[in-house]
Amino acid sequence: MNNKISIRIDGELIPATPGASLLETALAHGKFIPSLCHMKGLSSVGACRLCLVEVAGVNRLLPACTTPVQDGMSVTTQSDKLRRYRKITLELLFAERNHVCAVCVSNSHCDLQSLAQRLGVTSVRYPYTFPKVPVDLTHKKFALDQNRCILCTRCVRVCAEVEGAHVWAVSSRGVGSRLVCELNRAWADSRY
Amino acid sequence: MSKAKVATVWLDGCSGCHMSLLDIDELLIDVLRKADIVYGPLVDAQEFPDNVDVTLVEGAVSSQDDLRLVQKIRQRTKLLVSLGDCAVTSNVPSMRNPLQPKVLLQRAYVEGADVNHRPPTDGVPALLRHAVPVHEVVKVDLHVPGCPPKADAIAFVVTELLESRKPDLAGKVKFG
Repeated sequence: MNNKISIRIDGELIPATPGASLLETALAHGKFIPSLCHMKGLSSVGACRLCLVEVAGVNRLLPACTTPVQDGMSVTTQSDKLRRYRKITLELLFAERNHVCAVCVSNSHCDLQSLAQRLGVTSVRYPYTFPKVPVDLTHKKFALDQNRCILCTRCVRVCAEVEGAHVWAVSSRGVGSRLVCELNRAWADSRY
Repeated sequence: MSKAKVATVWLDGCSGCHMSLLDIDELLIDVLRKADIVYGPLVDAQEFPDNVDVTLVEGAVSSQDDLRLVQKIRQRTKLLVSLGDCAVTSNVPSMRNPLQPKVLLQRAYVEGADVNHRPPTDGVPALLRHAVPVHEVVKVDLHVPGCPPKADAIAFVVTELLESRKPDLAGKVKFG
């Protein structure tokens, strides 16, 4: 029995594997859907909301990374509405923490920065919040600067799903969410 | 055809954006054929003039003086451009923002000083609570991010504006 299904992405008929996500199917066929929290080899959590797409017959936007393909699905990945929402999402990420690209160690090697360039974000329409957030410099080799954190949880998932160490987690809620090490210890006090 | 009136202004920034403006090199000659620079660090004008066509603003709005000046500029300028990350995002000047200005001045001028242990008061404007991007206090017509924006980007912006076109910067500029 042929277990291949097909979907339409921006009108183009594309073969897909049942169980695969919309995002991986689209990327495998050379389509561009922006994302920041997706990382190959990790589970998908739909945290960054940048991969939102329009699915015909569904009256809300769905994150492509956590939406499994279904036979006959028709998906729009590029539209004025999506471009607008993606820019809003990026601008909210910039406004929520202190992203000072000019003096950042990741300047020119940064997914957030390059996505802003690619999507044409040249300013942030929301007032910056300038939160006072912790920087953990206790570890001998590494530093944790929460000023730059966008809560993508890639590090949390790598630590749990690849290393099996489960050191990192997110505590609190909303804009108060912070990355924590071993139930909120200093990194130096971790066993890792 | 009369020449366009162009102004530049230097708020809370390092003047790197003005350096990058000068880096457009020989294109400056073409620009000066089409425009007069009527105010800014590059010319000797004491008062911001009326009826300016384009003003390039470098720097964040950090002090009472910055705020008053940028409001006056907005009233007297047709097209206001935020030039560089400090004007667009408040960038490095904003790194003080999580601290109260009082705490900041205490750290810099009292704890950090060898002599004269007190913050300066004479001839310096009061700091605002936050250093903010220009568009948080007045309407901005065009944002040109970059630290500094590359000379090519500035050349493109100035050339387009002098031809009365609004430059499309998508993909041409980045933060940082």
